[in-house]
Amino acid sequence: MTNALSIKNLSKTYDTGLTALDAVDLDIRRGEILALLGPNGAGKTTLISIVCGLVKPSTGTVTVEGNDIVQNFRQARQLIGLVPQELHTETFETVWATVSYSRGLFGKKPAPALVEQILRDLSLYDKKDSQIMALSGGMKRRVMIAKALAHEPRILFLDEPTAGVDVELRKDMWRLVKRLRDTGVTIILTTHYIEEAEEIADRVGVINKGRLLLVEDKAELMRKLGQKQLTLELQQPLEALPGDLSGYALELADGGERITYHYDTQAKRTGIASLLSALAGAGITVKDLDTEQRSLEDIFVSLVVEENQ
Amino acid sequence: MNFEAVKSIYLFEMARMKRTLLQSVISPVLSTSLYFIVFGAAIGSRIETVEGIEYGAFIVPGLMMLTLLQNSISNASFGIYFPKFVGTIYEVLSAPISFLEIVLGYVGAAATKSLILGLIILATAHLFVPIEIRHPVWMLFFLVMTAVTFSLFGFIIGIWADNFEKLQLIPLLIITPLVFLGGAFYSIDMLPEFWQKVTLANPVLYLISGFRWSFYETADVSIEISIAMILAFLALCLTIVWWIFKTGYRLKT
Repeated sequence: MTNALSIKNLSKTYDTGLTALDAVDLDIRRGEILALLGPNGAGKTTLISIVCGLVKPSTGTVTVEGNDIVQNFRQARQLIGLVPQELHTETFETVWATVSYSRGLFGKKPAPALVEQILRDLSLYDKKDSQIMALSGGMKRRVMIAKALAHEPRILFLDEPTAGVDVELRKDMWRLVKRLRDTGVTIILTTHYIEEAEEIADRVGVINKGRLLLVEDKAELMRKLGQKQLTLELQQPLEALPGDLSGYALELADGGERITYHYDTQAKRTGIASLLSALAGAGITVKDLDTEQRSLEDIFVSLVVEENQ
Repeated sequence: MNFEAVKSIYLFEMARMKRTLLQSVISPVLSTSLYFIVFGAAIGSRIETVEGIEYGAFIVPGLMMLTLLQNSISNASFGIYFPKFVGTIYEVLSAPISFLEIVLGYVGAAATKSLILGLIILATAHLFVPIEIRHPVWMLFFLVMTAVTFSLFGFIIGIWADNFEKLQLIPLLIITPLVFLGGAFYSIDMLPEFWQKVTLANPVLYLISGFRWSFYETADVSIEISIAMILAFLALCLTIVWWIFKTGYRLKT
């Protein structure tokens, strides 16, 4: 089966000399949710804009279910729905008119029943005759999604879908994304909320300064890079770590009241048991202990920080 | 050809015009009526005839052209500028439609509205002065060609403009003077010889002249030249539009 999206050697250098994308290769499988994580200005929006035909690539090719985005642009674009980051709406139109218009623009015959269903799914149906300017920001965001879904796309791009959105709507959004995925829609979302990627993505790509640093199954990524941190609270503060503990990568924190120890949960030996007996041997009494899983956020931050150094 | 998309853009634009129907119709009808009261009745009554035609009737083709040019340009330029300004253009650019289809939708709608307005002006004029149209087919030809050509021209301005000032600049500073100086209210025979020659450089003269010929068979320049000029201007606009879309000028980075 061909991939939903196949990106090869994609680069973009703007006229200003800014390289927004640098030789990106990325295959997106059908029916998955891929989260592209990256700080502002990493190249996420440029990547989406190229795939959707808004920006011309400098080099590279993109195919959508096997259709080249330049040579077979009609077939390719037909398959794609785009929800851009900014709230671009036809201020004076009604919700119904703007969503129906989007469907027509993509060459599909009017389908009032389908438009109604989309509006109902997004809790917009009772606003169908309202002018868009009368809607709240969250409602406008829903309208943007309804527009993108109006032509029944197979691939949906959500560019920062929950930026500036309240918790309730964010959760609604996540439910919607999962529901769409269940109907076979491939979803690519960009975000800088790591919890969002952690919550809904099947795979995670990390992008920074135009380069795709990694793409991994989320579970695999968490497993592979998922270290745990053990924090030991001491009965008596230490001024320095005794020399016979130098075999362990320990850090003394909080004015000597805590020792932290990083270990790999997947390793054969985590080293916890021997560390504890070594501490006991050195006469250090532990008052309490705590372990913490590294979150995707930590992984992300360490990748980006590494890249920036 | 993605007819559904062309239809969608066309109907969407027509719906936008319907919302502003009152101002789009009342304003040209009112200004035309004022022109007739001032030039036709007040001043025109002191003018005998121009080339054998009653002055009030003589200015009808010029007045129609004035409305047609101004409205074609402003409708089409605003039609494409507004989505650019509010950002909704992203949807049109990401849709499976060719540039030709985008132009057909936007320019088609703008030209339709201008045509309707032109005919309303004709009907309004008819209330004030007797009008005869000797060559209705040619009259329609000039009407349609002018509406289409200047809607294309407006489309180009709408793409080029990156602020509202630029959007107003060309209609205000170029088109209105060209129409007034292109023989809308007089025959160029009435000008001194030197100014007659200068006026020949005004492209709008050829439109008004050809259009007036279709009404009264009087013209400042020959009808063939008028037809050639409007076709040439159409070709020029088409070329520029083709270039805009080929290069993505002001649309794609």
